[in-house]
Formats: sequence, C-alpha cells, structure tokens
Amino acid sequence: MIKHLRSAADLDAATATLILDTAGEMASLAGREVKKLPTLRGRTVVNLFYEDSTRTRISFEAAAKRLSADVINFSAKGSSVSKGESLKDTALTLQAMGADAVVIRHQASGAPHRLAAWVDGSVINAGDGTHEHPTQALLDAYTMRSRLGRLDGLRVAIVGDVLHSRVARSNVLLLTTLGASVTLVGPPTLIPLDVAALSRSTKVSYDLDSVLPDMDVVMMLRVQTERMQDSFFPSAREYSRRYGLDLARMRRLPEHAIVMHPGPMNRGMEIAPEVADSSRSTIVEQVANGVSARMAVLYLLLGGKA
Amino acid sequence: MTAYVLKGVSVLGASPVDLVVRDGVISSDKSGVSEVVDADGLVALPGLVDLHTHLREPGREDAETVETGSRAAALGGYTAVFAMANTSPVADTAGVVEQVWRLGREAGLVDVQPIGAVTVGLAGKQMAELGAMASSAAGVRIFSDDGHCVADPRLMRRALEYVKAFDGIIAQHAEEPRLTEGAQMHEGEVSTRLGLTGWPAVAEEAIIARDVLLAEHVGSRLHVCHVSTAGSVEVLRQAKARGVRVTAEVTPHHLLLTDELAASYDPVFKVNPPLRTASDVAALREALIEGVIDIVATDHAPHAVQDKECEWAYARPGMVGLETALSVVLSVLGERWDLIAERMSRAPARIAGLAGHGTDLAPGSPANLTLVDPSAHRVVDPGELASRSRNTPYAGTTLPGRIVATFLRGEPTVLDGKAVK
Repeated sequence: MIKHLRSAADLDAATATLILDTAGEMASLAGREVKKLPTLRGRTVVNLFYEDSTRTRISFEAAAKRLSADVINFSAKGSSVSKGESLKDTALTLQAMGADAVVIRHQASGAPHRLAAWVDGSVINAGDGTHEHPTQALLDAYTMRSRLGRLDGLRVAIVGDVLHSRVARSNVLLLTTLGASVTLVGPPTLIPLDVAALSRSTKVSYDLDSVLPDMDVVMMLRVQTERMQDSFFPSAREYSRRYGLDLARMRRLPEHAIVMHPGPMNRGMEIAPEVADSSRSTIVEQVANGVSARMAVLYLLLGGKA
Repeated sequence: MTAYVLKGVSVLGASPVDLVVRDGVISSDKSGVSEVVDADGLVALPGLVDLHTHLREPGREDAETVETGSRAAALGGYTAVFAMANTSPVADTAGVVEQVWRLGREAGLVDVQPIGAVTVGLAGKQMAELGAMASSAAGVRIFSDDGHCVADPRLMRRALEYVKAFDGIIAQHAEEPRLTEGAQMHEGEVSTRLGLTGWPAVAEEAIIARDVLLAEHVGSRLHVCHVSTAGSVEVLRQAKARGVRVTAEVTPHHLLLTDELAASYDPVFKVNPPLRTASDVAALREALIEGVIDIVATDHAPHAVQDKECEWAYARPGMVGLETALSVVLSVLGERWDLIAERMSRAPARIAGLAGHGTDLAPGSPANLTLVDPSAHRVVDPGELASRSRNTPYAGTTLPGRIVATFLRGEPTVLDGKAVK
C-alpha cells in the first residue's frame, strides 16, 4: 500500500480498485446501529485545514471517528497559523504530537508534497490549490460504480472550469487509470492548453450539446463568478446558456446517464435546480459515499488489511 | 606588491607557458618573482564578468551581503560583478549606488559595479535620476528594473533615449506583467499537471519584440536579461540581422535545467523567468554558441532559508549561481575556452563598457584572471557555498571543473580553491 495520497496519480488500477472495494465494505457499516469499527483505536489523525471547507473536513472527521481514531482538528483560523507560523513549523509540531496521518487542505498547489517531506506520518491531500483532490475523485468513482455497475469503458464528461479545478484533475487521472474515457467540456479559456499532460486519451469539446447524447456520466464543476472579472467568460448568463445543465440539456443524455456535482453548487448557474434535484442526480449520494471512501483511504494507508 | 609566476599554465587551452603577474599587470619579466603557483594542467581565462548579480545589500543582509557575494564571485572565477538595483532601499539614487560601490571596494574581492534602477522604487512610473547615478563615484552605465519589467512602452522608449547622453544601456527584464499575474512556473504540460499558474513564453517574447522595435526606432542600445525561450531567440536573431543594437544574456540554469523539476514542488527550482522545456534549453544553447545570445549571466539570487522552505506559491523566485556558473557552462559548451572567455568575460565587459576586464592575458594587460582545473569534478554541497544563502538547484549534482585561483589586478582573491580573505 502507498504511504501518502497526494495525487490521484499515486494510485495504480489495483490500488484504486482495492480502495473502492474497501469503501463498499465501509458503506455497509452505515446501515448498522453502531457505525463504528475499532480499527484505528489509539491512532491520531490530524485535519489540517488552511481553507474553509466544512463538508470535506466533516467528512474526514466522520471517517476517522468511525474507525475509532483520535481526531485533532487544526484549522488555520484561530491557530498559530494566523500568527504567521510556517507550514514547516506546523508540520514539526504535528510530528512532535505523533500524528499518524495528516489530512491537509491548502490553498497552495503542492502543499501536501512539501508536508510529506517534514512529517513521518501519512499525508492525505484533501484539496490543494488548483492541483488535486484525490479523495473526491475516489468518492466520485465509487458513486459511478455503484450507480452504473462499472468504470471500465464508461464515458464521462467533466464540464466547466477545468483550468482551476482540482476535482477535474484528480478525476481525469483516476478515471483514466480505471479505464473510463473522459471528455472535458467548457469555454476554451477554462480548458488547459495542454490537456494531454493529464492523460493522452482525454478529449476536449467546447460544445456541451453535442457531447451529451454519448455520455454515461456528466459531472458539473462549480464555476466561480469572480472568473468573469478575469475575462474567462463575459457573464453568468452567457455561461449558463452555453454550459449550464438545464432540463432541456439533461433530456439529451441517454436514459441511464447520471448527473454529478462535487458541491457546493451554484443553482441556476452551472446546474438548474430541477436537474440538481432530479432522480439522475447523485449529489446527496456523493456526500454519503465521501465518508466511506475516506474511511477506506485512512484504513488502508494506516496499515489496515483489506 | 608580490610578483607571481603561474607555472605551466595553459592560456585559453594553448600550450603551457609561465605567466608572470607583477604590479597588477601581466608581465614578461621573470626576475625577482617570489611566489610560484603550480599551474600545471590549469587553464587561464580572463577574469569572469557577471552582468547580473543580486547582492541583497542594503536590505536583506540575512540572505547576502556585498562581502559574502563578492567572496562567492571570486570563488566562481569572477573579477567583476554588476549588482542589481532591487535592494531595500532600491538603488535608484546616487547615494545608494555609491554605498554599494563603496562596500564592494571595501570587500576588495571583485569589482562591484552597481546597476541603477530605471524607475523610482522600481515602480515603473517615474524615471529615476539616471544622470546622477551615471555621474556618481559608482559611474553607473547599466540601468535595470530587474525583477520587474519596464512595462510602460512610453517610459521604456524615454529611458532608452535618455541614457544615450552618457552611453548608458537599459537591461530589460522582459515580462509582460498582465500575462504573468500569479504565475508560478512555465505554462505548459507540467504546469497543467501540477496545477500551478502558468508563465507563458509569449509574455517574454512580446516584450522583447516590442523593445527591439523601440531600440531600433530611437537608435539606442538594449540589453535583454535572462532570455529563456526558443521564441525569444528567434526575435533576437531577426533583430540582430536587421542591425538593431541589442545584446542578450542567458543564465546557467536556463542552459541546463527544465520545468520537469517543479514536479517536486521544491521551491529551490522556482525562478523568474521560470525553467522552460527541453526544446527551449536546446535553442538557448545553440543561440549562445552562435552568438545570438551574447553572454552568460548568473542572475545569482540568494534567498534566506524561510523564503524557500515553504509552499511553492509563497517562495521567492531565484537561485544562487556565482559559484557554479563556470562549471555549468563547461558541462554545456565543453572545453571551448575561447568561446567561454568571450561569453563570460570579454563580451560582458564590452557591453558594460568596463575597462580593465575581459582583456587578453598579454603583457601589459591588467592581471584580472582565473585559473580553472578542467579535469576536476565536484559534487555540489550547499553547505560549502561561500554565499550566505543555500538555494542552489544543483545540490548533489556532479559538475565538471574547479576554480583554483583568481587574481584581481594582480592580487590573489582565491588560491588553492580557497578565498584569501
């Protein structure tokens, strides 16, 4: 088993599949009255969050607690970090406290790589800048597999601000590793110039309507309205008209296709409320699956056996 | 003054001779020589001249001082370095450039020639008192806002014109600022993979293209700092073919390293302009050999530990380079001694109008020279650097060549590979 999960590229097909299978076993716990395993009793998991992210932090916290780990939440606000402590000094502090795993969310790409050089425990990337968010990709893959029965050969469209999206990067890497084919869709300003760097097989389209009829999965990315100020697109209205998923567009999808969103959503911008709340939408399931996927990652990285 | 004989030295790779250094000049008079330097197997080069050094004093003496930087330079075979203006306070007045110049004289290890800022506070708004800096004791001839681009085309035009009155030259840091907002590394496949904001090659090329046209229009000289892309080389090639008075430099690291190194997220590889691709490296090497790029300049940029031991995006850009420059150039060009002397000593001295440096090692010439052992190899150990900072990208790398001795006006600054003071 790998020691750190810094990038979805750390996962080969066998490891990724093992994590998804383990997540399945973890999910079966959720139906029990006592939702707790003793597996990580006595182990310490630190949630080191430099960015506000309630949903991801809570998800990791629930995952660690269901495995009986001791959880320390270290948020950048109201801590020594806001007094200007460096990442290295924070890392040395966590090291001295004996953290077995550090879950890090950070606004700088590559912060988990730096952290891994300074602590002995496992480092789990919970989102770094515009780089990656590998556990999101794992829970997305888990959700697709649960709904559609397989990943190999699936056709997945990832739609929106791919350029700035850590969710997109991790999903492209993981889905490609697991045999799915990915099409990135968005205005050309929000698609990286060198998509082949992520995966040679990834396709690009600027026309959402033409892509939808061939997809098994369409994943809508959150689009930040401040991108308008930087001239990535002219207005929320134009973005929504060209790349938003409304009911009419959803009808272009094959009957079995699902709609995903990593949240938080801009309802009415990249996704219409009727679509978000439809039976094709997996958005609430994704949240539940997030806990199972993160339990699997903690369990396996901290030395549990499958 | 002590007289030295450098026994059996090979001047620029020629057959071994005995070279006498006496009263600050090269001499043919062997009488009364008191010190013998065994130079068997060593190659003599004119003392190296660096047109692009950051000495950090005044302001960041924790990263480098004029003295520690001078020592690093001497150990790297340099006898003159040009100190960039982005200190704190900025070297934008006669007072600051004279201070740096005086500190250099006091250290006495290399000739420290201050570069003056083009604009007040490097802010790109108002021209600094270039004439006052030129007339000062420091005798400034090179002006640069390095670290920042003189982006305003009208201000750049005026600066190019204004310095003609005292045969000055503007050294441009070519970076269109709007195209590089938030930029962290070369824009390309690697930046896409790493999720780091890209610094596109066109941001450099567009400014060089504009500036060669401006220099041509007003009939001025232009020097382009740290050229890093194949496209820039093409712009320079065309401009030179048209007769534009433009010169250009490349750093050792842009001749050797590529953007793939950023994959570690270790900011020791973060530099501005950023490391580019292997095809850029190939084009820069070819341009240096051909002469489209005139010189090698280090862009020696020392940084304190805390400014590099952090997240990539928060780290300061830059690498130390004075003590490894010749070795890197040797590994890139091989033992083409005359070419190395031209690109690292004669041409930079000529561009700067610096008398007494970059001259042939003939009787009567100032004894500014360095002795290289081309057969030696060394593994770069950051802890052994004389620079106050440790941010070398070559830690653990084996590089060819070793500086054995350096002489500044006939006095040794380095002997047996060690600084004399």
